[in-house]
Amino acid sequence: MRALIGCYPHLAVAGFHRYSTYRSAAVAALTTNSAFGLMRIAVLFSVLGARQEVAGYDAGSIASYVWLGQGLLGVIMLWGGHELADRVRSGDVAIDLSRPWNLQFALLAEEFGRAGFAVLIRFVPPMLIGSLLFDLRWPQRSQTWVLFALSVVLAVAMSFAIRFLLSLSAFWLLDARGITAMYGILGGIVSGLTVPLAFFPDWAQLALWWTPFPSLLQNTIDVFVERGDPLPLLAHQAVWTVALLAIGQLVQRAAERKLVIQGG
Amino acid sequence: MADRVYLSILGSRFRSQLSYRTSFLLDFVAQMLGQAGELIVILVLFGRATELGGFAVHEVLIMYGIAGVGFGLADLFVGQLDELPRLIRTGQLDVLLLRPLSTLAQVVTGDIQLRRVGRIAAALGVLVYVLSTSDIAWSAPKLLLAITAPLVGAVLFGSIWVVACSICFWIVDGRELANAVTYGSNMFSSYPITVYPPWLRRVLAFVIPGAFIAYYPALALLDRPDPLGAPAFLGWCSPLIALVAAGVAGLVWRFAVRHYQGTGS
Repeated sequence: MRALIGCYPHLAVAGFHRYSTYRSAAVAALTTNSAFGLMRIAVLFSVLGARQEVAGYDAGSIASYVWLGQGLLGVIMLWGGHELADRVRSGDVAIDLSRPWNLQFALLAEEFGRAGFAVLIRFVPPMLIGSLLFDLRWPQRSQTWVLFALSVVLAVAMSFAIRFLLSLSAFWLLDARGITAMYGILGGIVSGLTVPLAFFPDWAQLALWWTPFPSLLQNTIDVFVERGDPLPLLAHQAVWTVALLAIGQLVQRAAERKLVIQGG
Repeated sequence: MADRVYLSILGSRFRSQLSYRTSFLLDFVAQMLGQAGELIVILVLFGRATELGGFAVHEVLIMYGIAGVGFGLADLFVGQLDELPRLIRTGQLDVLLLRPLSTLAQVVTGDIQLRRVGRIAAALGVLVYVLSTSDIAWSAPKLLLAITAPLVGAVLFGSIWVVACSICFWIVDGRELANAVTYGSNMFSSYPITVYPPWLRRVLAFVIPGAFIAYYPALALLDRPDPLGAPAFLGWCSPLIALVAAGVAGLVWRFAVRHYQGTGS
């Protein structure tokens, strides 16, 4: 059993500890998230105006949407987290790929540890601030909490899977900075962070549903605010997460074959 | 003499960045998309509402355009201040302090990023389009206002940038806090201040003079009275506020640099 699970649980614990040292960064992030949260919520409330709801969102769901988004942002790590790309560019990745582990699994394990700590320090504080200042919509059904937790786990894995692929693209592009910058810029919109995807015109919503991006944030938020049936949302997440992780395995193998270690 | 030094520094930066054409073009497009992000948000919101805080889509887009060009110019000229924490941590700032040139000018010309013109181009395109298609009773003073508003906005954003980054002299990694203020001000001033709750408005519109970047000048261009009851002449006061803000920023920067004692390593 131990041989089967191997080093991965240890890596997860190490990830948790590693990120627990960045506490002042978390305070700065909380300030940023709160400032943007307050502005986003004001703009969305003015869209609501005197109406009861817009595109299925009432005031409570909008408030929950904004603060969940600001909190989950740091958990799934929508921005940043491209150290692997730097290691590909510098060549250090040769060491990572030669270790007796599966690199993707190892990094994913570390990622879960990081995300676990981020829930405490990046997700809970904005939600606390949000719930003090606004009337948030909390899950009405108890099973929603379980589904939400599952949805967060899937979102973390998927966000990682996307970044893993972007980083490995450096094997072919030499520099993944352009493509990761593009992802950082568009990610906020296509994941539903800046404006709920349900506010988009129908054709855009349909087009986005065929991409993995709604599963980064929007689906998890919609599970929490109980907007429609949670099963299609979770299925979308599960299918894309498995698919992207599988593609990552294939690309990793191709990268291993491409890797040439000079000297000796 | 000093001007020539800066010009040759800037010239060398431009030449080096333009030598990697493809990379530059990609970065340029990324900057345009960065600016287009908020435009998409505004258009999506107006798909679900006919007005935001009492303003129609073309009116909000005028504010977005003025704020966008102003922020883009400020980003181009002083955005390098974001590198201040790195300069402090690595001790490179100490080198700049020893030179017989202005520290602030050295930091901002040291690594100027030409790709940021992309952001300005995107915002300017929207601003020119909206101004030319909106029903505005043009006059000579208003034309002058339309041309100067983004420039004055740039001075205001630049001052905000300098003050926000001065915090990095006290806080080890103040970059994210500083970005919250600078990027936050950009988002704030892209919307009419009527959408924000009163206490948030007081801080972001008047303590940080966010309302003078785009909101009041846009009201003056549109001949609209302020729904919040501010006198109409405020639309013409932004240059004055910008002058004061620049003065305050200069004082804060000087105070911060004097306080600086090095990282001790």
